Amino acid sequence: MDIRARDIVKNFHHGKGVAALAGVSLDVVSGELIALLGPSGSGKTTLLRIIAGLDYPNSGEVYFGEENASVKSVQERHVGFVFQNYALFKHMTIAENIAFGLEVRPRATRPPKTDIRKRALELLDLVQLTGLEKRYPAQLSGGQRQRVALARALAVEPKVLLLDEPFGALDAKVRRELRRWLREMHDRTGHTTIFVTHDQDEALELADRVAVLSQGRIEQVGTPDEIYDHPASAFVNTFIGESGELPVDIRDGKAWLGERALYLPVEGFANGPARLFVRPQDVEMGEWAHGAVMADVVGVRRTGATRRADIRLGDATIEMDTPADVTFSIGDKIPVHITRGRLFAA
Amino acid sequence: MSEKALRPPRPVASEGPLARAALIAVALVFLSLFLFLPLVVVFWEALRNGLGPYVAALAEPDALASVRLTLLVAVISVPLNLVFGVAAAWAVAKFEFKGKSLLVTLIDLPFSVSPVVSGLIYVLLFGAHGVFGPWLKSHGVEIIFAVPGIVLATVFVTFPFVARELIPLMQDQGSLDEEAALSLGANGWQTFWRITLPNIRWALLYGVLLCNARAMGEFGAVSVVSGHIRGLTNTMPLHVEILYNEYNSVAAFAVASLLALLALATLIIKTLLEIFYGDGLANSSRRH
Repeated sequence: MDIRARDIVKNFHHGKGVAALAGVSLDVVSGELIALLGPSGSGKTTLLRIIAGLDYPNSGEVYFGEENASVKSVQERHVGFVFQNYALFKHMTIAENIAFGLEVRPRATRPPKTDIRKRALELLDLVQLTGLEKRYPAQLSGGQRQRVALARALAVEPKVLLLDEPFGALDAKVRRELRRWLREMHDRTGHTTIFVTHDQDEALELADRVAVLSQGRIEQVGTPDEIYDHPASAFVNTFIGESGELPVDIRDGKAWLGERALYLPVEGFANGPARLFVRPQDVEMGEWAHGAVMADVVGVRRTGATRRADIRLGDATIEMDTPADVTFSIGDKIPVHITRGRLFAA
Repeated sequence: MSEKALRPPRPVASEGPLARAALIAVALVFLSLFLFLPLVVVFWEALRNGLGPYVAALAEPDALASVRLTLLVAVISVPLNLVFGVAAAWAVAKFEFKGKSLLVTLIDLPFSVSPVVSGLIYVLLFGAHGVFGPWLKSHGVEIIFAVPGIVLATVFVTFPFVARELIPLMQDQGSLDEEAALSLGANGWQTFWRITLPNIRWALLYGVLLCNARAMGEFGAVSVVSGHIRGLTNTMPLHVEILYNEYNSVAAFAVASLLALLALATLIIKTLLEIFYGDGLANSSRRH
């Protein structure tokens, strides 16, 4: 089911007077897995809660398909919500937790007890926790609790699945496993899924599309490739991936770093100062030729398969990736080429 | 190698054996002087002339009437404060609203006001010369120097116990579990009975125990509104005082020993609950 948020404005009365959401619109296509990515305080969780009906906007509407869901309560919206700390009911067994959404239905629509139990066990199978139905949440690991929370949300056959920082409380290894697992689950069940994260790797790896939020606004919505390769704003560029910033001057159709002209396209930029963002893999050591600039090596360290250097260009320091067999040391002056970069007006 | 180097070092945060013994001794002496000794004295005095006078003092009609009245007051006021307390704690812990800090202050009011003063307030309101007194009298309703006044005073004095027990716990728990239940389609009533109540049940039970102990033991406020009519408006604490003032110390301590037993029973129930269910919620493995 398509989900559309229209001009959502949310102000919290307590707080610094900053709008939590300042007129946000977002279209989610049926069946897609979309990430709301942003730093803390960007409004991503607030947007998710408003879509779920756990919070109400000061203005703006949420549509589920053609229906205006804004006027409906959280119960009427039939969403599956997975909370950041899972919010499992600790006095209930795993099976009781999963069955809860079915048990509380009005008698007319409540399935018989045996069916509820069967469904709970099926869901346990689905989330690969077969045999744990009699345990209590406190007896499970973090990753297992996460999967129970998901099974519980799926039990009510939701129209849309909403996950708030689904892997936030887990260690790195479990996180990666669950990420892959969630992607498989999504491909199998086909639920429209929105998840909130502050982890860009998670968003880029997992999502079909990513919405980047900052200070209550959506900065960019796009596929991981679009977001990474063509960031729409300086914020998206600095928030996604690693990048260093160089102050450049645009004149004569070229970008100038100090007295050296860089070989970078500058179409569409007016003359004057600009900000150039460069990722570590966009810088290469090379011959002293046109387009090259002299850099001081101020730090070198080994990062897995490659070597990474801190290099100083004028007053700015950026990072550069080089193959591990390239050797230079701190204090060396080396010529480097900036092969790619993203320009934004200063 | 010297012997000193072989001795295992004690944990940084623990005291030496001498300091430890001193601290334990201070605590023990204090506990026995102020808690244990009075308890022993109550039973000692009550049984001074043997079991016969003890039983006779308890079987006396006025004494029995005071026991009945005390139980009646507790049976009315504890459930009332159970409901009020849960409602107040719920409101304070789960919602933001104007005047919330005022409500919290009001909940604590009975703790900060002298019980005698709270009793007097009811006399001023409902007494013969009070604000509503004449009107009540003309309609044949008696509150002061009668059971309703005693219940009112007791409800007032014991109001904070349940709420105070629940507020920190419920604030700590937040509303996440409730939100989860609502998002799964539960209505407010189902959420309360199936999620909120199980989450607070032990604190609630503890609050009720404390509330009950105070309801049965309250003296000041009840003394002001009761009128001390033997066999009619005397609760157990009031009856103890009357007997004691009449130099009938065996009977006085006999009734007092019942109150002390109530305190002991409260303690024992609480301890048993902690042993059997203490962290049974967080870690339910022991029940399987």
